Amino acid sequence: LSIIPDANLALISVPGRYAADQAMKALRCELHVMLFSDNVPLEKEIELKNLAKEKGLLVMGPDCGTAIINGSPLGFANVVSRGEIGIVAASGTGLQEVSSIISNEGAGISQAIGTGGRDVKKDVGGIMFIEALKALAEDGDTKVIVLVSKPPDKEVLRSIWEVVEGVEKCVVSVFLGAEPKVSGMPSTLEEAALRAIALAKGENPEEVVKPVESREGKIRELAKQEAQKREEGQRYARGIFSGGTLATEAQVLLGEMVSDVYSNIPVGRASKLEDPLRSQKNTVVDLGDDQFTVGRPHPMIDYSLRKKRIREEARDPQTAVILLDIVLGYGANPDPAAELSQVIRQASKYVTVVCSITGTDQDPQNRRLMEKTLKDADVVVMPTNAAASRLAGYIVQCLGGE
Amino acid sequence: MPIKELFHKELKVINLGLPSFKESLDDVGTAAVQVDWKPPIEVAEESRKIIKAKMPQIERANKGAMDIILRGLPHLVGLERAIDVIPGMKPNMILHAGPPITWERMCGPLRGAVVGGIIYERKAETPAEAERLAASGEMKYAPCHEHNTVGPMAGVVTPSMPVFVLKNEEFGDHAYCTMNEGLGRVLRYGAYSEEVIDRLRWMERVLYPTLKRAVGKLGKIDLKHIIAQALHMGDEVHNRNRAATSLLHRILAPAIVKTCDDREAVAQVLEFIHGNDHFFLNLSMPACKVTLDAARDIPNSSIVVAMTRNGTDFGIQLSGTGGEWFTGPADVPDALFFPGFTRDDANPDIGDSSITETNGLGGFAIAASPAIVQFVGGSTADAIRYTRQMYEITVAENNVYQIPYLNFRGTPTGIDVIRVVEKNTLPFIDTGVAHKEPGIGQVGAGVLHASLEPFRKAFEGLAAKLKG
Repeated sequence: LSIIPDANLALISVPGRYAADQAMKALRCELHVMLFSDNVPLEKEIELKNLAKEKGLLVMGPDCGTAIINGSPLGFANVVSRGEIGIVAASGTGLQEVSSIISNEGAGISQAIGTGGRDVKKDVGGIMFIEALKALAEDGDTKVIVLVSKPPDKEVLRSIWEVVEGVEKCVVSVFLGAEPKVSGMPSTLEEAALRAIALAKGENPEEVVKPVESREGKIRELAKQEAQKREEGQRYARGIFSGGTLATEAQVLLGEMVSDVYSNIPVGRASKLEDPLRSQKNTVVDLGDDQFTVGRPHPMIDYSLRKKRIREEARDPQTAVILLDIVLGYGANPDPAAELSQVIRQASKYVTVVCSITGTDQDPQNRRLMEKTLKDADVVVMPTNAAASRLAGYIVQCLGGE
Repeated sequence: MPIKELFHKELKVINLGLPSFKESLDDVGTAAVQVDWKPPIEVAEESRKIIKAKMPQIERANKGAMDIILRGLPHLVGLERAIDVIPGMKPNMILHAGPPITWERMCGPLRGAVVGGIIYERKAETPAEAERLAASGEMKYAPCHEHNTVGPMAGVVTPSMPVFVLKNEEFGDHAYCTMNEGLGRVLRYGAYSEEVIDRLRWMERVLYPTLKRAVGKLGKIDLKHIIAQALHMGDEVHNRNRAATSLLHRILAPAIVKTCDDREAVAQVLEFIHGNDHFFLNLSMPACKVTLDAARDIPNSSIVVAMTRNGTDFGIQLSGTGGEWFTGPADVPDALFFPGFTRDDANPDIGDSSITETNGLGGFAIAASPAIVQFVGGSTADAIRYTRQMYEITVAENNVYQIPYLNFRGTPTGIDVIRVVEKNTLPFIDTGVAHKEPGIGQVGAGVLHASLEPFRKAFEGLAAKLKG
């Protein structure tokens, strides 16, 4: 680890059982660490993060899929514009979606720090989430801070709020599926991104969210049209996801709109799928969950499992709409649209296929190009995961499948 | 550096794991280096814990061992008959390369050499008769290494064979090795035809007394000095000994002329040495042996003091674990084969000659020997990479043996079994390849990494010893 003497960050993706020792070595060499590896024992994570805190170093992860430090993509990350919005995220695709939306809307990212999902759970106690938040609070280039996570542990949340209260900058928080809802707190990744942009520009965030609300009418209209194309008995939505946070957001939104939502990673009102391989009524399945990824690449890279599942869902006479997330950026599949177009063209003869694309035009895959290819394959491409999820929800509502 | 300061520094990344992450960083122009990483060799968790806890003692012991190894002064001090000088040698004993092995498990070339050795000793007249005797239980087999001796390839030493006598002038220990027969059909590759036996008899009758007198006149020959010079001249003294042999020839020639009245014998001996580029191998090997043996039996030391093969098993011994052998199956080297032979003809790795690697020479010093990489199939870049890699698993850089191309950096010396396991990097050996059938001889030359199994066992063996 002494090859570049002035190195300042170690990006570690060796198998989990060895990763903690390597991370420990890096910290002892005064390096910040991004620990992409998963399956790192919990006690090791705590040990690493305590040492890092003591030394004033950053430990992102374990199981941190994405970060953007000083504009450099680490792990799976999108090419976003630089700007004044800093992100701390305990969820990988959540960070990707928020940073991409911000960039696509013309604003930019100062730093995007991932912490790994376990950081905000009780045992780790949000050590790095809080340290990262403090660092952004003191960072002169960061004007607005966005916090992204699935609902943190209550105690951890309290500690986070304590720190937030002392921060003199605007902080936008989105804790997907948190109950009860806090008024004024965004409930989608899109809303969090838009509020942050408004705050960065010095505008009233409530105003900026309005276009999204007025878009709702158009989505309803579109849902009606799509619903009319469906046959008798087609009444359910089937979300087939590669991003865990995006799957969470989708089921939270669907859960608010329709009943009987099932998932292999149930959040909010969703119930647990009996068999993750078989959908029940309205289903959101996260193919990135451990049970699917043993011995094969992540579904953001390898689309074979997703294609198989799309074919199966399209054959199910109860399926009305298939909902997908397409995640671009470094590390992801180099051409997801080409991967999917044939199977989707086939599927869309029988069902409505709705998707959103997480990414930017600067990504190696190019968002605009992906969108065009997918539209050519008869996919309804929505601007964000939230919009796509709501469209799916409205279609189900129209068909009475709630 | 605090987190907020990182935000205002140029990001410089060390990427440990997926190379694609480094490519992404290259794409956006962020400074990043890829670190090759392999999981360590799997060893029992218990052993790992013991070793970890004892690291200060182990490091101290290794420092002591390396001090002895680096201070060693190997000299050729004479020639004698094996039975007269080799400790524990008996009239019915045959020494062989590698860890201990029974006749039943011996590979073809070793069996061939044993047969040849029995015929040479006039204990049998025909190969069939010799084979019966070999299998009868009357002959005793023992590793050279257990008798202060080393032998290339089959490494067979019989009681009446002449041997070089080496002394470590710093520590007083001795080592022994037969004289090298040359290339082609030779006993050490398991050949036992008449020409092989005739040559051995000539060596005993003419070469031995002539050299004995010459060395006697010279008193002693400093082998460390010759090896150090030879490394500057393109040898690594395992597979290439051309420079060292030439240097030796230069030292011996006047002494031979002065001590031998028989002009025909003088001519034959000088021609024989001149015509055998490997003549010095049988001195570089015992020079390493006599150097390493001085560092045996240092409690807690994880330094390898013997690494050797008998064509069936690969075995190692550590300084800190006494006479215990740690063995595993020997592999077939990746080789360039002589015309008419293929990998199917090759015997698994055989010989004590990996004592050179154990002492920081041979494959470890291959960057000093561009000519040899061509002989074994490879490029000079490979050679440099191999040597560089060996610094990862050794404790010291040699104080005398140097590599000109690496700015005269000392050769990687002192294999540490703990580093081998942690880095999952096995010692690199360049070596000759024997035909798997007895009596045929050398079929090629190549390179290979040591077998994994012995190192895993040695790590666990050391841990067991430290615990007990």
